[in-house]
Order: sequence, then C-alpha cells, then structure tokens
Amino acid sequence: MASLAPTFGRGAMTNSWTDIKNTDLVVIMGGNAAEAHPCGFKWVTEAKAKRGAKLIVVDPRFTRSAAVADFYAPIRQGTDIAFLLGVINYLISNDKIQWEYTKAFTNASYIVKEGFGYADGLFTGYDEAKRDYDRSTWEHEFDENGYVKTDPTLAHPRTVWQLLKKHVATYTPEMVERICGTPKAKFLKVAEMIGETSKPDKVMTSMYALGWTQHSKGSQNIRGMAMIQLLLGNMGMRGGGMNALRGHSNIQGLTDLGLMSNLIPGYLNMPVEAEVDFAKYMGTRGFKPLQPGQMSFWQNYKKFFVSFQKSMWGDAATKDNDWAYDYLPKLDVPGYDILRAFDMMAQGKMNGYFCQGFNPLQSFPNRAKSLAALSKLKFLVVMDPLETETARFWENHGEINNVNPKDIQTEVFSLPATCFAEDEGSLTNSSRLLQWHWPGGDAPGQAKSDVWIMSQLWLRLKALYEKEGGAFPDPILKLRWPYKDTNEATPEEIAREINGSALETLYDPADASKVLLEKGKQLPGFAVLRDDGSTTCGNWIYSGCFTEAGNMMARRDNSERDDWGNHPGWAFSWPANRRILYNRASADVSGKAWDPKRKLIEWDGAKWAGYDIPDIAPASKPDVVMPFIMNPEGVSRLWVRGMMRDGPFPVHYEPFESPIPNVLNAKIRGNPVSRIFPGDLAALGTSDKFPYAATTYRLTEHFHFWTKHVRVNAMLQPEAFVEISEQLGAEKGIAKGDWVRVSSARGFIKAKAVVTKRIKPMICDGKTVHVVGIPIHYGFIGAARPGFGTNTLTPFVGDANIETPEFKAFLVNVERIDSGPAIA
Amino acid sequence: MSGTPGTVSRYTAPARANHWVTAISLVLLALSGMSLFHPSLFFLTNLFGGGASTRAIHPWIGVVLVVSFAGLFFRFVRLNLPNADDSAWMRALPAVLKGDEERVPEIGKYNAGQKLVFWGMALLILVLVISGLLIWDQYFAQYSRVETKRYAALIHAIGAVVVILILIAHVYAAIWVRGTISAMTTGSVTAGWAWRHHRKWLREEAAKEGRAGKA
Amino acid sequence: MATSSVPSTLEIVRKSATKGGITGALQPSANEVAKLIDVSKCIGCKACQSACLEWNDKVEPVGINHGVYDNPIDLTENSFTVMRFTEWDNPMTGDLEWLIRKDGCMHCADPGCLAACPSPGAIVQYANGIVDFDSDNCIGCGYCVKGCPFNVPRISKVEVKATKCTLCVDRVGVGQGPACAKACPTQAITFGTKEAMKKQADTRIADLKSRGYDQAGLYDPPGVGGTHVMYVLHHADQPQIYANLPKDPHISRVVQAWKGIGKIGGLGLIGLAAVAGFVHHAVMGANRVTAEDEKKGAKVQEDQV
Repeated sequence: MASLAPTFGRGAMTNSWTDIKNTDLVVIMGGNAAEAHPCGFKWVTEAKAKRGAKLIVVDPRFTRSAAVADFYAPIRQGTDIAFLLGVINYLISNDKIQWEYTKAFTNASYIVKEGFGYADGLFTGYDEAKRDYDRSTWEHEFDENGYVKTDPTLAHPRTVWQLLKKHVATYTPEMVERICGTPKAKFLKVAEMIGETSKPDKVMTSMYALGWTQHSKGSQNIRGMAMIQLLLGNMGMRGGGMNALRGHSNIQGLTDLGLMSNLIPGYLNMPVEAEVDFAKYMGTRGFKPLQPGQMSFWQNYKKFFVSFQKSMWGDAATKDNDWAYDYLPKLDVPGYDILRAFDMMAQGKMNGYFCQGFNPLQSFPNRAKSLAALSKLKFLVVMDPLETETARFWENHGEINNVNPKDIQTEVFSLPATCFAEDEGSLTNSSRLLQWHWPGGDAPGQAKSDVWIMSQLWLRLKALYEKEGGAFPDPILKLRWPYKDTNEATPEEIAREINGSALETLYDPADASKVLLEKGKQLPGFAVLRDDGSTTCGNWIYSGCFTEAGNMMARRDNSERDDWGNHPGWAFSWPANRRILYNRASADVSGKAWDPKRKLIEWDGAKWAGYDIPDIAPASKPDVVMPFIMNPEGVSRLWVRGMMRDGPFPVHYEPFESPIPNVLNAKIRGNPVSRIFPGDLAALGTSDKFPYAATTYRLTEHFHFWTKHVRVNAMLQPEAFVEISEQLGAEKGIAKGDWVRVSSARGFIKAKAVVTKRIKPMICDGKTVHVVGIPIHYGFIGAARPGFGTNTLTPFVGDANIETPEFKAFLVNVERIDSGPAIA
Repeated sequence: MSGTPGTVSRYTAPARANHWVTAISLVLLALSGMSLFHPSLFFLTNLFGGGASTRAIHPWIGVVLVVSFAGLFFRFVRLNLPNADDSAWMRALPAVLKGDEERVPEIGKYNAGQKLVFWGMALLILVLVISGLLIWDQYFAQYSRVETKRYAALIHAIGAVVVILILIAHVYAAIWVRGTISAMTTGSVTAGWAWRHHRKWLREEAAKEGRAGKA
Repeated sequence: MATSSVPSTLEIVRKSATKGGITGALQPSANEVAKLIDVSKCIGCKACQSACLEWNDKVEPVGINHGVYDNPIDLTENSFTVMRFTEWDNPMTGDLEWLIRKDGCMHCADPGCLAACPSPGAIVQYANGIVDFDSDNCIGCGYCVKGCPFNVPRISKVEVKATKCTLCVDRVGVGQGPACAKACPTQAITFGTKEAMKKQADTRIADLKSRGYDQAGLYDPPGVGGTHVMYVLHHADQPQIYANLPKDPHISRVVQAWKGIGKIGGLGLIGLAAVAGFVHHAVMGANRVTAEDEKKGAKVQEDQV
C-alpha cells in the first residue's frame, strides 16, 4: 500500500472484485490469483467468458493462473521492475499512450526541481553509510503562489514526462530479456497486448499480491504497474485499476485500522519523537493544494485526527490539552515493524511479546533467528483460535524444530480465541468492502473473543494503575469506555464507535440555523467531521458504515444496475460506499465518459452523477478539479516527490540474494536503501554456494498455517514439497517424489520433490538460472504431515518503504537425499 | 486289499472323504457362482445368507476346493495318465453311450472319459483359481489392472460353465451306470460292476489278491 | 448455477440384474440432467474434491506427496472425484499447457457398471440419467469396476460396498445442483438439463475457438450412449491427453461377452447338459450290471485265488 498511496492518494485496491468482470485484459503479475484467490478469480473467468477478455500471466512458474491464461511469459523472480519499465519504454516508443488522460490526470507536465538526477541505479542524494537518500532534491519547481510549475507541452527537459522517457530508455526488450530471462518475443507480445488498452475504450486490470510486495523493492514493483495504468488511462475506469489482492479476509481492515506501529486508524500517522507537540505535528500536515482549485482532501486531516482522539479519550481530549496529543506514543524509530521487533528480541532488548492471531515462528523470515528471539523472551502471550507453532516454539520436534526445552525459560500463555466463524463483526476485504458477519457456531472450550480478552487486559491494567499509579497513567485511565457491559464491548458498539457520532448538535457551516445532525446521532459519513471536538470517529475512512439508518455493513442487496457489477446495496465500501476509486477519471476533462459504453459518472452540467458515488465533490467543475483528490496536486504521480525512500521512479535492483549481479550497476546489492541489520547482512548467501533462485508461495489447498489443521485440506496437499524443473531434476538426479534437502545461508529444509515442466530454466545475463519453488504451509502441528518451516530459508530483509520481508527471491542449493526429516 | 467275495474294493475311506469334500465344495461353488452369474439365479444367494455373504464366501470355498482337489489329484494322477486303451475306448464311445459294453475294449481302473473328467477338472480348477484370484477384489484388487480383471471375469465364467458341464457329466455317469455310487459310499463295487466296466482293473485287482493269498 | 428448471423427480427406469443382458442406452429425453465440466475454466483448486467429501460425509486419510499435485493420487472409496493434473507440451505451439481434469463418474446413458452388476437393484438409472449405487443391495463383488469404461467405481475396504459419485442425487432430488458445482469458484462445473448444458457448451466452444483452440469441443461420447457428465475440452480431438480420458469409450467387449452371450450361453449349455442326461437316460435306460456280469466277475476273482 506504500506505493498506491504515493501514486494515487489512497493505499487500497482501486476497483472491486465484481468489477473485474468488466475488463478487456487481465494482467496477473506479482500474484497468482487463481491459486491464492480462487473465489475472486471467478470474475476473471467471467470477463473471459462474457466479454472475451484476455488473460496474461507473467510469473517464474507456470501457475494455476497460467493454466487458464491466453498468454504466459516467464520471468525471473525479483526482476519485475525491469519488465515493467520495459513495458513503459515500449508504450512510449510505440506511442501507446492515452495522451489526453496522461496530460490531464497525471503529473507528466510537472517540472522537477533543478539538481534532481539519476545515474547508475542511484538518484541524487544517496548516502551509502546511512543506506538512505537525502530527498531534498526530489521536489517540483514552484511558482510564486506555491503552485507547481508545469509545461503542458511536455517539452521542458525537466518535466516528469521527459525524465520518465529518459529513465526507462535503458529498459529495451533486449535488456528485459537479459535481466528477467523473459524471451524478447514473449516480452514484446505482452507489451503489445498491454499497449492495446491505451485506447480509451479498452481497459486492462492489474491483479497482484505478495508476488510484488514480498521483495526488498516491493513498493516500487507496484509503482511500475501503477504508472503503466496511468499512461494507458486505465485508472478510475470500469474494469481497470490496480487491484491489490489481499491474502486474508480482513488484511485490508488491518491496515485501514492502523494495525501498524507507525499508523493510527484511517492512515493517519503515529507521531514521531521530533513532533513534540500537536502544533509541530500538524505543521507538516497542511496539505495545501499544489495546483489551484484542487480538493487536496487531506486538508481535513485535523478533523479526522481530533475526532479519532475524541473516540479514544472522550471528554479527556480537549482543545486545551491539544486533544490529548500527549497521550499518543511517539516513535523513536520510523516504525516497530516485525523485523525490527524480532531483531530487538534477539538482542534481548524486547522481553515480552503479545502475539494476537498470527504465527510469527512460521511466517517471519529466518526461522532460526525467530526461535532464538522467542527463546530470549521473559513472557509470550499467544491469542489464537488454533494451536500455533509459535505458542509451542519451545517443544523439540526433531529436525523440524530442533530446540532444547531445558534451555528456554520463556513463559508462554496461550489464550484460546474465537475464530471469525464463531463471532460477530465485520471483515474488510480487498475491495475495501466491509461485510458484517454473524457467528456460525459457538466457540469451543474456553475460547473467548479477542474483544473480551483485550477488554479484560485493559480492565486489569487500569486496576493496577489505579492501585499503584505510574509515570503517566492517563492514557490508560482516561480511555473512553462507553460500553454497556464493561467487561466486553459488543461488536456493534465498536462498529458504531468507529463510524462516529455527534458529541454536540452539528449546524450547517453555511447556515448556522440549519441543524445537520442532532447531538448523539450516528454520523452519516466523514463529510460532517469537525476539528473542534464536536464529533467522534474511530476511523474516518469507515465513517458511514453504521449510520442512523443502521448497520450498512450488514446490507445484502445484491441488485446491480445494468449488469455492471457495482452492487451499491451490498454491505459498505469505504470511502463513502464508493465502489471504484478515482472514478472521476473515467470521464474526460469536459466530464464526458472516455468510453460511452463504460459510463461510470459524468458531469451533467451542474454535478457529477452516475452509477457510483462520485469520488469528487459533486459540484466540482470538471475542467478545474482533478480526479485524484487525496493528492494536493489533484493529479496522480508518475514521479513521486520525496514520499518513497527508494526513489521517485522505480529502478531495477536485484534481490539481496541474486544469481546474477545487477547489470545496471554491479556494485549495488539489493535495494540500496533497504534496512538490513548487521547480523542479517552476514547471513546472506551468494550464488557460488547457493546457485538456485528460490521463491516461496501459497497453494490453493491451504490457507497459510491454518488449514493444515483441517483434515480435508491436509489430505488435498498432505506434505511439504518443493518444485524444480525437469532440467534441474535431471542435473541433480532428482525424480518426482524423491526427498530433497534445500539449504540457504540460514538453514535447511527437507521436502518432497515435484519435478515439473511448469518451471523452466531461464537465461539471465548469459547464465542459466534454475528456479526452485517452495510452498509454505507446513509445520509441526496439525493434520498435515509434519514439515519444515519454509521461512527457515528466507532472508531477514524487507522492503525499503514498508519492511515486507523478501520472501519471493533468495538463493538456495538443492540435493537429493534418501529419507525425510527425523521427527522426534 | 481284501474284499468280501463278489465285491472289489475301489476307494479307501480317506479317498472317499477327500472326494466328498471336493464334491461338496464344488457344488457349493457352482451354486454360489451361478447365483452371481445370472440374475435369474440370484435367489440362490439366500442359501449363503444373501448376496454379500455369497460374494464373501464363494472364494473361500474355492480355497477349500483347491486344497481338497489337490489331494485327489496327487492321489489319482498316476492312474489317470493316458495309455493305449484310452484311444480304443474313445473309438468305442458310441457303444459306451449305448451301454453296449461288450463291444468296448477292456479298461483299467479309469476309462478315457473318467480321465477326461480328471484332467478337465484339474486344468479348469487351475484356470478358475488364477482367474478367481484376479477378481478376488477384497484382497487382491490392487494386483491387477481392470482390463486384466475383465478377461479374468470372462474366463472364470467360461471355466466355471465347463466345470459345471463336466460335473453334470460326472454325476450323470455315476447315476446312469448303476452300482457306481457305492464306490464312493461304501468304498467297493461288485465284481460284476468291475467286470462290466473296468475288466482289466478287475483282473489286476484279482491278480493282486491272488498273489497276496498265495504268499 | 441456477438449477430451478431442472426436473427433480427421481423416477427409476433401470435396475441392475433385473432384465437379462445389456439393453442399450437410455432413451434421450427432456428430463435428462447433466453436469458440464469446462476444463478450460478449471483452475484445479480442488474445491470440488473437498465439497464432495463434506457433502457425502466421507473422510479421506491424509496421504503423502507423490511428486505431483494430484491428491489423493486416484479415486478412492471416499473420494468420488479427483483432479488429474497433466503437463502437456503442445507440439503445435511449443507451449506448455497444464490440463486439469476433474475425474469421476460420467453417468453414462449406457452404464457398463449397471450391465455388469449381478445384484438386483444395486445399481439404478433414473429417468434423468443419473446412475446411482444402492448400497443396501450392493454385494461388493466389484463387477461394476470391471463394467465401467472409465475405471470409476471403488470398493470400500470395511463395508465392502461399491462407491462412486452419485451426481448428488440426494441434492438433485430436492432441486439443488451437485455439491461440486456449488463449490466451484469459476463455474467450471455447472449443472442443468442436458440440453441446456449442451447449449452452454456451444458458447464455450465458440469462445475457445476464438482463442485459437480449433479443436475445442464437447466430450459426450456416443460409445456409451452419451454421458450425464460432459467435458468442454480445448483439444476434443485428443481426449487421451487429459490423463487418459478414453477417446472412444464403450463397454468393454470382454464385459459384453461375459454379461451378454456368456451369461445366456453358459446357462443354456448347463441346461442343455442336464436335459441331455435326462434324454439319454430315458432312451437308453440304466446301465445295469447283469447277473452274468457278476458271475463272470466272481469267476475272475476265484481264478486267481
């Protein structure tokens, strides 16, 4: 999400699952929707069957998605940027650009400040010691009014357009083949098919997931395709968009609600140490429009923030105490992401850990490091509906979990929690759709809902603070707790609180005699939020989900207008029940649909109206207010100002462990600004010892580490395996069903071999590269056969912007062995 | 080998027991097999406690038959080896069928017809065992392919039909040729029966008795 | 898919071992139902396999990885359907194709299992074309396994009964489609009247042809009178590339010989033999030992003593 927001303004799938049926071309790259999202994939099938849409799959393996694709092209893992920039180069060279769209709705004509430059894989301002850029030159040129200077002719050498053209020129089809291993003819075929959708009446959708995010440059992978979609005019269109497919039913909800150390709900920022007071915090959050007349919606930041603070601390958050700004923690580092947390744990700097609904021992990279880290904890609390490996990390399971329980002093508390099917609540899926669900059965044994557990935790902490005091008890003691049953808030109460309500009667700012909303009423949406403490709202983007009309998330009206798959009466889609983000861009500068057969919203002379909730103020003049309302520019960003740590444009960098050096600059290893802890740098392998390019992934038959507990799923894929090509199998004497040992610089696993035609060796920079595919899913608990954690092999390094671990590209060696793991 | 005068001892008690075990299992096999062979005979499964138990029990009876018949085989194989008399007997078959045995050459313990029963049974039981094992799916399903099983089923059926035909011939001969059954009940036949049907054998037996008496 | 227009009455038109011989295929009618499996839409997710186990309340033991995606590796007494994965290099294009076929009972109009079954009513055929096993009547002989041209039925280890896909006759009987079709995320499995499914197949085949699959077609093999489970194949001219889907399936000649001429001829011969015995006896009379025989026999004995 750290790439969509800098490009378009919001970090979420732009269209809806159901809208995929409207597309002409589906590109699955950086994902495997048929495998990992089979239910959502039905809309691809629908588009193919009903509209004759084509499907392209670009992947290191011939996947289940490829099985039903019209065209498949192989690519070496970790080289997507080279491929995507190659496509941009093709589009520019072959004039496959939606010119009107690009000129009007992107920052192509914006002029970049003098001094910005790029050479040999690095932008200006790089500091090798800090592994970071000084991003001060990554800025536009402004006029006297503070607006960005533009050149609508695009001729100025420092326009974004000219910079882009120059930037992508390196990525010729030959270079793409050299880096990616994609045969030139196949690359060109893909580029040509993509280029076709530059026509205003042709659209393409991009479907991706962890195949793009789990890289040390994951955000820039996505940026590459986002830029393509802008150049083709496919954003905001029916059947277009950047469709980030989420791996959990509620992972979109996780980021929306700010379950990341540096966020608070609604993509507001957790203050950092330097932001010592509220004024300082708000000082960088003015979001003044960078072009005249633009909405720059984040100008309302204060309203969202104050309303959030009111929802947290109620009456204790006042204007006088800066809305309890001081109650918020202040980050001393950019974020306490999982990699940092486990590194601190391993160093003994973090000695207690709450693990709610995840299984880090299985899902974080470098399992050995995780084991060592957990072993150093004083206490570990695991809240989960299932027995997890993490909760039982101290058990010896032979080679699979080779620890000595005697040496581990960590006290582990297992709190059995309910699963989604046993409680009520909402899930936010990839489509930003908040769907209410009801329990399908009672929780077994002593399982309690997460809400109950968290409530009890707070009640006990509060009692302790009341009894014993503390350095700063206010954030705990003054927490707003408006629930009927103090012991446990109901999901409905929480949903109402997230939606927000009026703390005072709200009057129309334009007409003070007109009552907008009575005191105590649920807010109709975020448009009525105030920054004077008269509204409360737990998460502004969700406002509208539980209004005076009731629980909008529980709506189940499946009807749609003209078979367009928008279903506005089904549940609630943030923001404001909008189904397609940036839908204003589906119409041209005058407000007429680019494609009359694909009308979404149009300007009727006085207002915007149509099939979807307009993603713009309804009365905004079409030629003035641009579609990307979250950006102060009003337009989308082909070139990003200093918002991404690793560059305004994507650049091809090799994975940290790569079979070949970076052909653009052999001195650069991995992403030059990715954070890597010293011990982890030492634990990186090289291709002389670990010659094969490995990648990890999921299987349809399983969901992460949950379904190995389910007998049916366990039966469908019973045992850990790795996939290798027939060529590598022949080279190493490995046949189907043999046991193999796969090792990396960090450890080894043993698994069965699936020797397949679906993986083929590639030639990259003149060298044969063999791909080794390793599904995750297996562990030492559950109904499936015990298997090694795939994360034993993976490197402890993440994306430069969001620290998503590089699970998709690393190096291994493979050998045939005679028998499987020794299991204690 | 002493017998009362006027009778000739033909089968010992163990031989008779062996025969009857074989006979009973063969009849049970025929009945159970037939019940699963043609729908109109399915009612016969009631004799065995229903269709499923018929299916289960049939091969086990087969096992009994094989063991039992093996006993018979080794007991009588030497006597059933072909010899010159067999072709003469075969040539005289019309006379045999008419009961006009004076025109049939003298025969030892077994005539060619009996030998055919012996060898026919031996061969067909072997065929039925092999084909039967191939379709004894409860235990051996995984050891052959379906196409093999199909042939096995067909061969088993054909073999069984022929066995039943032989059985009918055998039983009919025993009934038609009066005085025969006592050979398998009391163990002996009259000297006249032996004179009429197995004269050479009678002479041999008598000679043996004589030598025994003189000794 | 909508199944409301599908007739849900379950009229039995044929029962195993109730009429002699093979009586030929079910007469085509508007009541016939069919499951259409569009191989070109299948992503091999195995939702059908799990739905089948769940609906039929079966437990398949957790096996091992055999070096392929197929699991279980074959149909079993519990798994009435399995996905069969074939990696096929298309010699025409040089491209790899991953062919994924859902295997299971084809519900033939002329079912080999029914022809082979010796137990009255253990296998029935409904007017809608569904061929179903009635375990109360099944004796577990495995003849259906030999009768089936698709190698589908399996015999359970403990109960020793034949099992296979029922086309969810219990669901169809109350106006529902089969569990696998319900679970299929991509509508690769659909269910309706056979006529409707054929029409649907036509549109799919047209789509596939437009994508360059010149030989796309419907698999509804006439050798077994057509089936009530049909496939849309991208390469209908070579069904055998889809994990050995038979090109021209028919009831094996061996089984036909066994269950046709063999059954009738064998019984006839046995009857004839019995009759011949009676006739011979009636004509010839008993072959008795005469008093003279006894005298001569006794004489032989005396001569030697």
